[in-house]
Amino acid sequence: MPLLEVDALSKSYSDSSSRSTLAIENISFEVESGEFVALVGPSGCGKTTLLMCIAGLIPPSAGRVAVKAKPVDRPPPDLVLVFQEYNRSLFAWRTVLSNVLFGLEAKGRSGKAAGDRARELIRLVGLEGFERHYPWQLSGGMQQRVAIARALAYEPEVLLMDEPFGSVDAMTRLELEDALLSLWKELGTTILLVTHDIEEAIYLSDCVHVLARRPSRVLETVKVPLARPRSQVATRGAPAFMELRNEIYRRIANEA
Amino acid sequence: MKRSVFNPTGLAVFAALLLAWQFVSRSSGDLQSYLPPPSRVFEALLQPQVARALWENLWQTLARFAGGYLIAAALAIAFGVALGYSRYAYSFSEVVIELLRPMPSVAIIPVAILCLGIGDAMVIAVTVYAAAWPILLNAIDGVRNIDPTLINTGRTFGLGRLRILRDVALPAAAPYIATGLRVSLPIALILVTTAEMVAGVNGLGYFILDEERALHPENMYAGIAVVALLGYALNRIFVAVEERALAWREGLRISEAA
Amino acid sequence: MKGVSKLNGVLTLILALALWETTARAGLANPLLFPAMSRILTSFAALIGSGEIPAQILTSLRRAAAGYFLAAAVFIPLGVAMGLFDRVYRALAIVIEALRPIPPPVVIPVAMLFFGLDDAMKIFVIFFSCAWPILLNTIDGVRSVDRVLVDTARTFGLARVKTILHVVLPAAAPQIATGLRISLSITLILVVISEMVGSSDGIGYFILNAQRRLKIDQMYAGMIALALLGYILNQAFLFLSKRLLHGR
Repeated sequence: MPLLEVDALSKSYSDSSSRSTLAIENISFEVESGEFVALVGPSGCGKTTLLMCIAGLIPPSAGRVAVKAKPVDRPPPDLVLVFQEYNRSLFAWRTVLSNVLFGLEAKGRSGKAAGDRARELIRLVGLEGFERHYPWQLSGGMQQRVAIARALAYEPEVLLMDEPFGSVDAMTRLELEDALLSLWKELGTTILLVTHDIEEAIYLSDCVHVLARRPSRVLETVKVPLARPRSQVATRGAPAFMELRNEIYRRIANEA
Repeated sequence: MKRSVFNPTGLAVFAALLLAWQFVSRSSGDLQSYLPPPSRVFEALLQPQVARALWENLWQTLARFAGGYLIAAALAIAFGVALGYSRYAYSFSEVVIELLRPMPSVAIIPVAILCLGIGDAMVIAVTVYAAAWPILLNAIDGVRNIDPTLINTGRTFGLGRLRILRDVALPAAAPYIATGLRVSLPIALILVTTAEMVAGVNGLGYFILDEERALHPENMYAGIAVVALLGYALNRIFVAVEERALAWREGLRISEAA
Repeated sequence: MKGVSKLNGVLTLILALALWETTARAGLANPLLFPAMSRILTSFAALIGSGEIPAQILTSLRRAAAGYFLAAAVFIPLGVAMGLFDRVYRALAIVIEALRPIPPPVVIPVAMLFFGLDDAMKIFVIFFSCAWPILLNTIDGVRSVDRVLVDTARTFGLARVKTILHVVLPAAAPQIATGLRISLSITLILVVISEMVGSSDGIGYFILNAQRRLKIDQMYAGMIALALLGYILNQAFLFLSKRLLHGR
């Protein structure tokens, strides 16, 4: 049984003139436990809307989302979403440690064990020594690390990530990709990540769903057979990687 | 406002004004009946009888101020956060708020006298009414201006509405609420002293008006000096508490400006 | 949503008024404290018709306007001077720091000593209480005027006075307007207080006196008139400042 099922999901918005625009059209896919899945598509193709629906933050117009076979009609307890806008999602009034602790508090955990766990996660995302800093004292990449640690502290079975590295510079982006892969390996969390960067999608995931521009729908599903552990140099340089990249690129370009 | 540590020019001007007051007032017997020289005001402050009366009235005023201000803060923050968070709840109160808001809050004093008689309850009630407005309106505004991503963050972590209010909305709106609390501070003091003057039996407002009527201007000025010190101290305490509680905001401003 | 929101609010108001009316009529509420809403409104209409309330309002408005405009005329220029010249600022800083924490109502007894119960007493109290918002906002506004703007004007050979009139004042105008708006509501509060403490006319006196004579419907009618006055003044201010500040 898949951990996450998205079944014939559609979402339309009605604007002021009560005309409705379709943002997502009939999307279906499944994510197995422990899998790393990427959704890739051009900017503005409704990826964020899709993730918000899956996270139970907005209701779909039609179709169904289920986590562990339970239909999602509110934010499910074993799933958490990491937003692209880390600077707007972090709690400015909490320190790094306290932000990460929030993930544990949300699960009802507190006390010394929770503190130790939070410190452990901060170490895992490479922010040891910054526990007492406030978010504004950190760079963008570091802030996103805090957001990821906070999400992992919640111990979700599914981690949804919306363009998590979309607002950081290119070098930091590569670093964060590797940090995420090692966390994934360590913790075994199932990850569904949305990105507009084709190479990032291939580099990170086991399986890429290629989405079309509005209304969003699945054009193609591509398995990524590249060996793990992956490396920014070897993996991205491999002919198989280029092949996949070109295939996906052509598919999206043809559509446009 | 720039805070200068040492300002000799300012001190000199202040001292010169005091001296001028002293000499002008001394030179005319007529003037002394309503503008006694500062030295006599100072003497009044040192007179045991006056000092004791001032001390007692100060505590009465302070207690009423604290009661009114704290009750206003608690009520206005609770309602303001709730009304800012839920458009539905706000829709029911909007018209009532818009109708009551433009009325100068002191006009409520006669109603309070009527309902509560003359005494602490009346003074505290009008203080609560007047001080609540800026806090309420700022809290509503503050919660409305919270980034939806922040609320969604709380939701994706499985928090219920009440916990989102407490753990996310309340701290996120704290800078706005602090502004409301700062604006309310002098308003609360204005209402306490006014209510004491209009219908009081004690307190600094009553003392000041009573000494004026009793033709003891030096005592009246001593009372004004004490109430000014009270206002000054309250403001300094507020700023110190605010700077500590919202320390995280200080850097936020810098990082946004950069 | 917007329409629904207004409807909910109006319904709540009607419900509250109806509740007030019925409890008063049924004798459930002390009629001395809460006369029926209909009686209050009748009395309000009668007092408007007889010219009683308009006369009291005009008296209060005259005092308010005198104190308010006097304060603006003195403290805007002073604020500009303090904002532009640090020497002036430092010279007056401590005097201001010493006077500012005085709650304005306690100035009423002082003003009564100097001016008795005349209009001058109320005007002085309003003048004093309006001083701080106008002064501090003007100083702040002038200080935050871009130096480049001032320097540009001076390279064009504009004289000092002209620079102030044509560059500094317009640039600081939005914040000066903020100070004036805060002062407007303070003015209304202080005119009511000073009329309650030492007067024999004006809307503040009217409301307190109605309470003392137990003409409770008249007291509420006076409060309604006062709320209307506050609303109209605020709207008028917003309208004017929008026109003068070109929509800012």
